[in-house]
Amino acid sequence: MKILIKSGRVIDPANNVDDIRDILIDNTRIARVGKGLNNGADKTIDAAGKIVMPGLIDMHVHLREPGREDKETIATGTQAALHGGVTTVLAMPNTIPAIDSAENARLIASIIRDTARIQVLVCGAITKGRLGEELVDLARLKKEGIAAISDDGSSVDSPDILFKAMKKARELRIPVICHCEDKTMSAGGVMNLGANSTRLGLRGISNESEYKRVQRDLSIAQRTKCSVHIAHISCAESVEIVAKAKKKGVKVTCETAPHYFSLTEEAVLDYDTNKKMNPPLRTAGDRDAVRQGLADGVIDVIASDHAPHTVAEKEIEFDRAEFGVTGLETEFGVSATYLVHTGLLDWAGLCRKMALNPARILGIDKGTLSAGSDADIVIVDPDAEWAVKIADFASKSRNSCFLNERLKGKVIKTIYRGTVAYSAD
Amino acid sequence: MSEPVTWNKKDLLGLEYLSAQEIAFILDTADSFKEVTTREIKKVPALRGKTVVNLFYEPSTRTRISFELAAKRLSADVINIAAETSSIKKGETLIDTGRNIEALKADIIVMRHNYSGAANMLARHLNISVVNAGDGWHEHPTQALLDIFTLREKLGNIEGRSVTIVGDIAHSRVARSNIWGLTKLGAKVTVCAPRMLIPVGIEAMGVSVTNNIDEALKEADAVNVLRMQFERDEQGAFPKQMEYFKKFGITEERLRRAKPELIVMHPGPINRGIEMSSEVADCPQSVILDQVTNGIAVRMAALFLVSQARDIKNEDPH
Amino acid sequence: MKEKSVVLDRETVSRSLVRMAHEIIEKNKGVENLCLVGIRTRGVFIANRLAENIKKIEGKDVPAGTLDITLYRDDLTLIAYQPVVHKTEIDFDISGKDVVLVDDVLYSGRTIRAALDALIDLGRPNTIQLAVLIDRGHRELPIRPDYVGKNIPTAKDETVQVRLSESDGKDEVVIMEKNE
Repeated sequence: MKILIKSGRVIDPANNVDDIRDILIDNTRIARVGKGLNNGADKTIDAAGKIVMPGLIDMHVHLREPGREDKETIATGTQAALHGGVTTVLAMPNTIPAIDSAENARLIASIIRDTARIQVLVCGAITKGRLGEELVDLARLKKEGIAAISDDGSSVDSPDILFKAMKKARELRIPVICHCEDKTMSAGGVMNLGANSTRLGLRGISNESEYKRVQRDLSIAQRTKCSVHIAHISCAESVEIVAKAKKKGVKVTCETAPHYFSLTEEAVLDYDTNKKMNPPLRTAGDRDAVRQGLADGVIDVIASDHAPHTVAEKEIEFDRAEFGVTGLETEFGVSATYLVHTGLLDWAGLCRKMALNPARILGIDKGTLSAGSDADIVIVDPDAEWAVKIADFASKSRNSCFLNERLKGKVIKTIYRGTVAYSAD
Repeated sequence: MSEPVTWNKKDLLGLEYLSAQEIAFILDTADSFKEVTTREIKKVPALRGKTVVNLFYEPSTRTRISFELAAKRLSADVINIAAETSSIKKGETLIDTGRNIEALKADIIVMRHNYSGAANMLARHLNISVVNAGDGWHEHPTQALLDIFTLREKLGNIEGRSVTIVGDIAHSRVARSNIWGLTKLGAKVTVCAPRMLIPVGIEAMGVSVTNNIDEALKEADAVNVLRMQFERDEQGAFPKQMEYFKKFGITEERLRRAKPELIVMHPGPINRGIEMSSEVADCPQSVILDQVTNGIAVRMAALFLVSQARDIKNEDPH
Repeated sequence: MKEKSVVLDRETVSRSLVRMAHEIIEKNKGVENLCLVGIRTRGVFIANRLAENIKKIEGKDVPAGTLDITLYRDDLTLIAYQPVVHKTEIDFDISGKDVVLVDDVLYSGRTIRAALDALIDLGRPNTIQLAVLIDRGHRELPIRPDYVGKNIPTAKDETVQVRLSESDGKDEVVIMEKNE
């Protein structure tokens, strides 16, 4: 099967391409990229006026399986990914059981093999049960193919354990993803700490509880020379600390999520639990710092932190509702709307944050449209406007913080390994 | 002769959400209801055939009784649901509980809840009226309305007056509702508490902050003394009781240094000898019992107005 | 609505109220046990004028109070505007008294029904009598006035507007009809 994607604006920063090109797919791989290609494709996709990019890589998602299949499964989560133009995800290990042993890694691998609709990479835990006490057997997990380690959802509180984990990870060349939160400071908090949490009578989560932990984790990274990736940066101080560390040569990359550069804490003023996540939405100043960090290149990656929850866990009192929002299906639209259409990033810049950089951090040969690479491709209409509707979600859950929002920039087709796996029409 | 619509909200969730005009309108309406409460027969048929459900997730005798009396004086039927006896313990969500009450064809839910924002959430999901009887640390609108009603009665007006609120500001819904209401009506509000009990960014609500009680009382026309709930001190943020009294307790000596006509308020129940001395609680400037009496008139007004707003909204005027 | 005709002017209003005052005194054989209660808004002004007239005739003060019937209306859910609750201001005891209830226009009788309920909640009068400036007919309840300024037969789609100098700048009664 040969598919020709005709006349699209091809964005491929790995090869410095931003031009009208044709792409010829032969079975699962990209055969050629060039102008005026016309050699006997079985099927032609007219991409005139559209943008053609590498399939997006979302390195921070919670697929909930095994354990919480009522929220999401690997099948539904990866289908949602396809709707969002995502062809590779990194699944976080806070499943039940946690991915903290070879056995559990094999368990999730078998579900992925049977049900995943895209490439699912697995992130292993740092500590047993993600309790921060006993290190997992990293070498064995590595053998089972895990792509990174993280105790996401929790920070490793003990600096000793984190030090050992990073040392080992460096030996094994596994990236460590840090969820930075000092729970002794944030405990009980449900939104950003400040005038608005006071106004709403809710317990707050300070910037400090995040950035102090970023600082600590980076100092351990510096000592161990381990590659670390800071997850979901939400506040100005964290951006600044990472920027400084990068200047000093610490091997650090970091990500933010679409809600941190599009929304502020004002969104929770009506106690909307679909705006409750951890870290919380911050002030306009923090949002602007995150935007600037993306524009400056301090923040390398946009990842959704897709965190599906059931209605019963969300349509309850704000204090009791679960943290987290879905994001796979909206991350492209939100990023296009708030970063590209505002002029903060060009399309190539967006492509780096959402495909190329995550691929490099995870050490996978993806995120490009080079001839010979996997034909993971997304075709988007850069100017199409659309409204986020529950009815359109493929995810099992509906806890999006962008419900009913109008976005500009829409995924038209998602091609995974040479097959059109999602089509908006 | 049709009067202009001056109240069109089906719910009373907090004073933050009301304009100065709407607050004044409730107070004026309460004024009329106060006359009813002075009659031999303290009952009017305004809510005859309506059902008011008091849904209390936190124990509260005073507020519940005040609402119950208010509803009964309007001829409504009243049902009391306490958290212990309802299906809450069985894991039913608040919205489901609310929908069940709605299915019973009740007209108004008066809710007390330990979580901030619970009343907002319930109101969003129901067509029937929700009156917030206190949610977490967020708001307790009828308490603030009765405080302001009492002040207005004693002072004649609120604009330009200075009101000091003393006590655990951080965890007080009474403080927040009073701050919203008083500042909207043009009063100058000062909050006074130990530093640990002043929440971050409270200045953004338009108040001045001090931890010196004498300074806080100097210019005040009224002082609203909050109950110190020592039993709820989860973070060890509270000072010792005697130490608190020494630094923040309202005593006769402190009153002598304040304006002679300073009004002393307290939402009750009072901890005598902790928040204020017994002499102060019983002094002529104390309006604590007037607050209790006025509470009924204010709650009658609140129940009447939300009920009318709903009826009017549902009715096609043509 | 537009004005169809003026049925009473300043002088005829004034004359009617003088006559009604005489009738009230005559029927009650004096004013010893009498009090007046006006229904908000214009009933109050009429009650006050009747009290003044009675004083001129008899030389005695008759207590006059104000009744707000909003909370007693049976049509609270049927009206499209927000009724504003005002105070009832009757600073005398009505128990045992001969109460003359005063309103501007008598129509369906529902206002008077509500006023009777409201009065009875305030005490137990000896008698309650009804005085209205205009009776325009179309009663829906078994209620009849004891003192009438003027009977004005009207069609159902007409309305009667009583204007008084206290609230409207001048005294007159007009019939309004719907625009074509």
